[in-house]
Amino acid sequence: MIGAFVIAFREVIEAGLIISIVLAATRGIPGRMRWVLLGIAGGLAGAGLVALFAEKISDAFEGSGQDILNAAVLIVAVLLLVWHNTWMSKHGKELAGELRAAGAAVRSGEREAAALSIVIGAAILREGAELVLFLYGLVASGTSGADIQFGAVAGIGAGALLSAVTYFGLASIPSRYVFSVTSVLIIFLAAGLAAQAAQFLANAGVVDILGHTLWNSSGVIAENSWPGRILHALVGYTDRPTALQGLVYVATIAIMVGLMQWSAADKRRMVRAA
Amino acid sequence: MTRPPRLARFVALLLAACAAEPARADDMPVIKVEMRDGVILPAVIEVPANTRFKLEISNTGQSPVEFESTELKREKALSAGSTSAIVFRTLDAGTYQVFDDFHPDAKATLVAK
Repeated sequence: MIGAFVIAFREVIEAGLIISIVLAATRGIPGRMRWVLLGIAGGLAGAGLVALFAEKISDAFEGSGQDILNAAVLIVAVLLLVWHNTWMSKHGKELAGELRAAGAAVRSGEREAAALSIVIGAAILREGAELVLFLYGLVASGTSGADIQFGAVAGIGAGALLSAVTYFGLASIPSRYVFSVTSVLIIFLAAGLAAQAAQFLANAGVVDILGHTLWNSSGVIAENSWPGRILHALVGYTDRPTALQGLVYVATIAIMVGLMQWSAADKRRMVRAA
Repeated sequence: MTRPPRLARFVALLLAACAAEPARADDMPVIKVEMRDGVILPAVIEVPANTRFKLEISNTGQSPVEFESTELKREKALSAGSTSAIVFRTLDAGTYQVFDDFHPDAKATLVAK
């Protein structure tokens, strides 16, 4: 039972932490709940499909189908997070209620909420397929006792609860600062996802450069330990990063910070001109 | 006058390369691994270093498994009774730890040489 609990809990928080950060980062966007639910439903449906066709997907592209699919899902999520932060550095203040000039923020808010919906869907699709396989296996095999099934369900509940606590923790930050905090979290989140995507492309043989390992910190924080897994979900920690992963990580941060500076400067120019 | 033969030779080479490509994919060595409810067989998986190979993993047990190695940066979840493969492009000689992420006590080593 403990084993099933731990596995379910682990898989849920990996997606759950991403979702809670994205939710906190979009507080105040009108009508976002509809999009959030749509993202969760879409992600779960996608995860079910991936689990169902796991073997077919795996065999595609000469055995690299799974890697290429994972990379594609992650790249979509990264692009939307980049766009989100760029948009937020322009409209964040309006949403925080300091400039209740709503106008532009509300109009483009719908688009922003749709993007958020896709990020949530991608996070669930990426992490959820394994959980679906695991849970389906428990039910389908018929050999697992009620205690194991209870453990898995309790694990999902505990994972959802921890994600909710994270969300409310972030949401309790005063509105003046909340978007600064979530912007920073999202920069590291996106950089971590981009580095993972790079590794999937390397595994698939699409990228064949900078494959050597930069360092090995498995003795300090092992990637499959609890701290390692949490850090992996939040900032993309890996105990043996390749040079390619390091480069993609740093480049993603640089690009995001650059775009945010540009967007904020653009906003100041518009305010001055008006 | 040397141009046409050189072009012909180039085209012939290109065709030969195209023809050789699928053949090489078929020739890829296949190493079989069996996972059964918390047991990984064999406990020492021997694979060739510095060449393409396919690791074919079968879940012969009653419960789902996830073949994983943080050192190799690979993972693959398998439902009961299913078989799937991971293709490795190249792997440095060495010993790598692998485990079943759904059965935390199940461990094995993969040795490339």
